[in-house]
Amino acid sequence: MAAKVLTEAGADVVMLEAGPMWDPTADTYMMKWNYESPRRGAAIPTQQFGEYDAAFGGWTLEGEPYTSAPGSTFDWFRSRMLGGRTNHWGRISLRFGPDDFRRKSLDGLGDDWPITYDDLKPFYDEVDKFVGIFGTSLGPRFPNEPDGFFMPPPTPRCYELLIKQASEKMGIPCVPSRLSIITRPHNNRLPCHYCGQCNRGCAQHSNFSSPSVLLPPAMKTGKLTIVANAMAREVTVDETGLASGVSYIDKNTSRDNHVRARIVVLAASACESARILLNSKSSKFPHGLANSSGTVGKYLTDSTGTGVTGFIPRLMDGHPHNEDGVGGAHLYMPWWLDNKTVDFPRGYHIEIGGGRRMPGAGFIGNIHAYTGVEASGTPISFGGYGKDLKRDYRRLYGSTVSFAGRGEMVPNANSYLELDPRVVDKWGIPVLRFHFKWSDYEIKQAKHMQETFRGIIQEMGGTPLSPMPTAEQQYDLAAGGRIIHELGVTRMGNDPTMSVLNKNCQAHDAKNVFVADGGPFVSQADKNCTWTILALAMRTSHYIADERKRGAL
Amino acid sequence: MLQLLGSAPVAAGLTWTDAEAAQAAKSAQAARRPAAGAAYKPKFFTAREYATVRVLVNLIIPADERSGSATDAGVPEFMDFLVADQPGRQTAMRGGLNWIDHECEERFDTRFLECSAEQRAAVLDDIAWPQRAKPEFAHGVAFFNSFRDLTASGFWSSKMGVTDLQYTGNVMVLEWNGCPPEALQKIGLK
Repeated sequence: MAAKVLTEAGADVVMLEAGPMWDPTADTYMMKWNYESPRRGAAIPTQQFGEYDAAFGGWTLEGEPYTSAPGSTFDWFRSRMLGGRTNHWGRISLRFGPDDFRRKSLDGLGDDWPITYDDLKPFYDEVDKFVGIFGTSLGPRFPNEPDGFFMPPPTPRCYELLIKQASEKMGIPCVPSRLSIITRPHNNRLPCHYCGQCNRGCAQHSNFSSPSVLLPPAMKTGKLTIVANAMAREVTVDETGLASGVSYIDKNTSRDNHVRARIVVLAASACESARILLNSKSSKFPHGLANSSGTVGKYLTDSTGTGVTGFIPRLMDGHPHNEDGVGGAHLYMPWWLDNKTVDFPRGYHIEIGGGRRMPGAGFIGNIHAYTGVEASGTPISFGGYGKDLKRDYRRLYGSTVSFAGRGEMVPNANSYLELDPRVVDKWGIPVLRFHFKWSDYEIKQAKHMQETFRGIIQEMGGTPLSPMPTAEQQYDLAAGGRIIHELGVTRMGNDPTMSVLNKNCQAHDAKNVFVADGGPFVSQADKNCTWTILALAMRTSHYIADERKRGAL
Repeated sequence: MLQLLGSAPVAAGLTWTDAEAAQAAKSAQAARRPAAGAAYKPKFFTAREYATVRVLVNLIIPADERSGSATDAGVPEFMDFLVADQPGRQTAMRGGLNWIDHECEERFDTRFLECSAEQRAAVLDDIAWPQRAKPEFAHGVAFFNSFRDLTASGFWSSKMGVTDLQYTGNVMVLEWNGCPPEALQKIGLK
């Protein structure tokens, strides 16, 4: 985003990309059958979300370790390629609402942002219009789910209608999704063709990824130079304490290079940008650039996540039809309760799944776990082998639904990152050490998720495929980092002793250093963070351009 | 000039025309390609294990009126590839196949491959139904669950399986129409 805005404003921009070049049109596995591979789409060490998924990397990268403090669990996902995780992400594009910028004022926990929803609204509007998003207006019934500029959403799938029927009986509104997938032609991009494979990268640029939507206009200006396989390791600083450029390792030669710059924008993903700042030590900044407050690395958060899959007898023996749709759910449930009425302070939204997907590795595992009662009253039990089993698999195809909660974590003092004092990666760059703990706020929220999902499954006449997790299991709350919405580690704020960046995402310590990823966020929300990362990065980039024009930078 | 189709050159110094060279290359290539129906060489399974796997997968998913058997769909090849590809699966797979062989030897003095259909069924019936399996068969049950899962993975994700399931996706759809009326009716929403 910064590259697009700044090149269009006339700046010469060098983009350092730690991974290789990647082009969704040339390099995608879109429309490949799983059976074209001997492993049928399963994961490989270098693509841990699946061999066809557009993410080069995963929880472990060869030669690039990270550590966790004793008692902490944090799993860190990195995708090393042009466009990073924007190539494979879920396209769930939810604006933060007005309340999400002022949670401390509302319930005393965490901190308020130094900006309001109104400050960001013009940029959300611009992002909606430029990138393209489908959805519907929810209106005043959902004051904290602001409306945007939407293309028509796709009609719900069969099982989604069944979920909606059940959830709304329970008072949980189920509404059209808001996904950055275009359903109309837009800016020379073709509309979605409903193959359901967004995560592989779209050859037609029908979904949002940085290489599909942001880089082409930037390249068109002729002012963007992308240096691939460039591992940034330090922002260099001059004698006045301003950034002078970036030192990086050329991965092809292992040699150290330096690119001079008037302005440095870090957007390496939240934790990676924090790492670069911490590693940018100088006599002026002995604890790392932009870290005189000691705040870099603090306030590490991730979304909460837990889920349940249910077997729904009503969906057995389904009528064969193409249920692919877009690469995501057509319906979802935004946070619907007042937190004063529950025993945890922040909310979550619900993501749903299911359907007659392209079969691949992991097709209907644990068939013996499918139990329940058919509509006729006949009890259901599966297992065995032979012709009956084969027939049973056919009957069961498309008969499960899944629910996943994605909720807001409150920053806590036990969750932060720092440099590991001893360990370096294969490039010689000191690695991160993570400290992370969920609090009761998040554990109780996960319990509510589990109970709610099991309630919906029961309302649908179905059976969960797993037992209700216990308190000891933290209600199956995913480990920190597993939802891959890391935020907060280069926090923005008005007080330079308690924040890294000011309200323009500009480092308090060095006015020509900016951060344009999820690091500046003051809080999570009951919504995913990507749309806000885009809007905030756009705002920051326009600020940079304006400051340059008036001679302040 | 020399007609050397299908036979190797016998001396140095011969000059081939382009056409002869191309034909010789084609013959060499054909010889390298395994003959139709030639045995797959497993990367992980031993010969006996692979033969056992071939019998087991067809017991789990046999041919029926709609589609062929697990071996018809290439499930043993898939399984061998996947287990070689994911080393974490290897001990459990090897151990499970051994478990079955020793269970057969204990009961019938003969390993699974040499057992009769009834003998095989007797062992499998004790481990194929987790809901009613006796506790002393817990390890066999755990193995059969995962082996059945892998068989299903390999069969239903094959071209034969995908067709059998009547999966009609992975195509370009210009206009998405949601849940068709017959499907709505089937789930009781219309």
